[in-house]
Amino acid sequence: MRKTLSFGFLASLVALVVCVLAGTGPALAQEAAGFGPAPVLTAADYPTVAGVNGRLVIWIVAQLHLWFAAFVLAVPIFVFIIEAIGMRTRDKRYDDMAYEFIKVSITAYSITAILGGLLLFSLILFYPHLFGYLSTIFSKSMFYYALLFFGESAVLYLYYYGWHWLQGDLRKWIHLSLGLLLNAIGTTLMLLANAWLTFMMSPAGVDPAGVFNGNEWEAIHNFLWNPINIHRFVANIAYGGSIVGAYAAFKFLTARTSQEKAHYDWMGYNANFIAICALLPLPFAGYYLAAEIYAYSQQMGITLMGGIFAWLFIIQAVLIGALFLSANYYLWCGMGRSDGARRYYWAIKYIAIVLIGAFLVWFTPHTLVLTNSELKSLGGPHHSILGPLGIMPAKNTAVNLMIIFTFLSFLIYRRSNKVATVSWEGMGNTLQVALFTAGILNILFLGIYHGYFTNTVYKVAASIPQVLTTFVVIVVSLVLDSFIYRGARDVGPLHWGRIPDRAQYALFLLAVAFTWLMGLMGYIRSGIRQHWHVVDIMRDNSPNAFTPTLGYAANVVSVAAVIFLTLVIFVFWIAKVSSVKTLPAGYWKE
Amino acid sequence: MRQFLSVIAFMLIVIGSFSAYSNLGIPQIEPAPPPTEEVIDLGSMDMGQFLALGDRIFNGKGTCTLCHNSLGRAPMLDQIGSNAQARLDDARYAGSATDIEGYLRESLTDPSAYVVAGFGKAGTNDTESPMPGTESGSIALSGPELAAVLAFLQDNGGLEVTVEIPTDMGDEATDENAAEPGEPRAPFTSFQDLSDEFACEACHTIGEEAGDLGPNLSAIGATRDRDYIRRALLDPNAEIAEGFEEGMMPDDLGTQLYATELELLIDHLSQLK
Repeated sequence: MRKTLSFGFLASLVALVVCVLAGTGPALAQEAAGFGPAPVLTAADYPTVAGVNGRLVIWIVAQLHLWFAAFVLAVPIFVFIIEAIGMRTRDKRYDDMAYEFIKVSITAYSITAILGGLLLFSLILFYPHLFGYLSTIFSKSMFYYALLFFGESAVLYLYYYGWHWLQGDLRKWIHLSLGLLLNAIGTTLMLLANAWLTFMMSPAGVDPAGVFNGNEWEAIHNFLWNPINIHRFVANIAYGGSIVGAYAAFKFLTARTSQEKAHYDWMGYNANFIAICALLPLPFAGYYLAAEIYAYSQQMGITLMGGIFAWLFIIQAVLIGALFLSANYYLWCGMGRSDGARRYYWAIKYIAIVLIGAFLVWFTPHTLVLTNSELKSLGGPHHSILGPLGIMPAKNTAVNLMIIFTFLSFLIYRRSNKVATVSWEGMGNTLQVALFTAGILNILFLGIYHGYFTNTVYKVAASIPQVLTTFVVIVVSLVLDSFIYRGARDVGPLHWGRIPDRAQYALFLLAVAFTWLMGLMGYIRSGIRQHWHVVDIMRDNSPNAFTPTLGYAANVVSVAAVIFLTLVIFVFWIAKVSSVKTLPAGYWKE
Repeated sequence: MRQFLSVIAFMLIVIGSFSAYSNLGIPQIEPAPPPTEEVIDLGSMDMGQFLALGDRIFNGKGTCTLCHNSLGRAPMLDQIGSNAQARLDDARYAGSATDIEGYLRESLTDPSAYVVAGFGKAGTNDTESPMPGTESGSIALSGPELAAVLAFLQDNGGLEVTVEIPTDMGDEATDENAAEPGEPRAPFTSFQDLSDEFACEACHTIGEEAGDLGPNLSAIGATRDRDYIRRALLDPNAEIAEGFEEGMMPDDLGTQLYATELELLIDHLSQLK
């Protein structure tokens, strides 16, 4: 473990040296010289190295780096929260679980840094002029970024190796503060890297020729910086939860004792809970990002949602459907832990029907690919009744219903082992039913009205009231339920470990679908720049400036996902062997 | 081990399914290649061909139909003949056009001069258009391309076509590295070609060529380093050599050079000792 950690430092050091030599070197020279326009490139300006396709290398390495970075940024966030819960409840199981989470992520941190170094070298080798231009503008933030890695490494080492040392009142507070500091540094690193990539989408601080005005903050605080920051922050937590959930699922399947099974079942439940909590607001963060892309450039927004990439959202629908269904399925299977869950089994099939129905709506494409005879018999590219299912009001309606019913799954899971003791339980349940009914009807009304009875310009107007409705239903319902179940008695002890093996595969599906979805959305985020390195400022004139087909992109994402999951298995394996001791008989002198 | 292999197989099946669906269940649309400037032979073009060119640009490179379509994202343009004059007379009109052709041209080059009610950027009260400029950025129409679109808009909107076919591309380059219409010029690969192109030796003494409006560069590498030379090329007025006047050397050289050409110039000059 110490050896792998040293790779983290080494990678940080390499990143720093490379930044200084390759990035900030020319940048400082530029600063002395005043800033020039963005380079105008030809195909000859893109080196070929060892005959490999530069774009493909950058694509895969950047995606691998991003997956690992998302994981190692997310884990400390919920480790911090779990550790705090442990401190408050004085339940050591939380502390042990938080430690196991961070232990799993520690090797992943080294791999993240190594992949970051590899990405940096790849950029310098394959896109030297682009990297030179960006490093001219972001010289200071790139330098600080490299320095921050040292801070991140140092705090992580203290946090992880000092876990058992820093126990007890004051020491535990110091440890928790280290966790907070670790998260602050990690988040800052993410914000800096986000600034560079969003500058390429919505450049700021430069004139139309790309001449930098010298104000780096303006370039960092570009139009799409915060929308990406919010989206990535939420998505990272969901993603981190899903990966740790997969770890717990594997440990559950290979557990040899009932105690081990119970422990990893509990860990898997918590990981899934974290993933769902972050998954619920994620579509809203996504819509906010898409709306901001539209607001920045209508042209880019239409390319995103109405051009070639429109079909990508049908693939996304399959993945989102897989995410919601697997998360719900795991919750339903988990109800078997409680003897009181039978009371709610009847509701599961109705929730499943709604989820599948919503999934099918999201799955419906706007424009169908039809033969001439089909087109003729249909009377156009859109079906008169089902056609509006392809547009945003229907999709918004579907996703809001999916979220509300996933929340309902969670609510009945939460209730399954409890019996309310308050006298007004019946009235409370009636209020809950009324709340859900009113919310669902409002969402349906908004979707149908804006989908069928308004023109295009006003169709997206349904999204904000629908989101607010969902939000109100969830918050009010949680508050109401907390009052209904105040002082409730348990049906019996929860039987951790009493869950079928197939439920663990739902956790694997969650992790794989998340991984693949992130890869796909990474492709579209980068792809909507089309033939521009920096939109409208620096044109991509390489032989690879074309947009690949969705099938090609999917294959690249799949190959990258297989590499990633192989590395993740290695990370899990390392975490396991670090605690294994072999005592070879007769090897050492007595 | 059996569990491990089962999990691996499950994950591979899931990834394979996603990939298979994306390849087989989704139409594989071959995206259009990056746009290039339309190759235009103005000398042999009649008005019919000119209008066809405008049509192609309107539906292609100009990306106009992304928004100007029946979905209502932007005003339809087929009725422009009957409403252009009313917009020109509208109190909200903030441009400087005096006739319909001028109004249409202004709509392409300065879309916020008049924003049709309901089509402005959110929160601007129809004072700012979401339409990008067509002369720069990702659309970047040339003068003749812009004229062709104007002619097409007039024709398509039921107006008399008053736009004339331009007589030249506004491109005076004639040497072998000059751009063919519709293509960027090829980069120069020798210092001498670069020097000839940008007439360095008209002002500077470099070897046998003797200009005296700028400093003698014959041994510039002996006294100045690469950073100085880079600065002098990109921002020539940052530091003026003693005895010479400011503003003599063009300060937009950097915008005319490819990155490789800039490095070539720096390499060559820094080796002159």
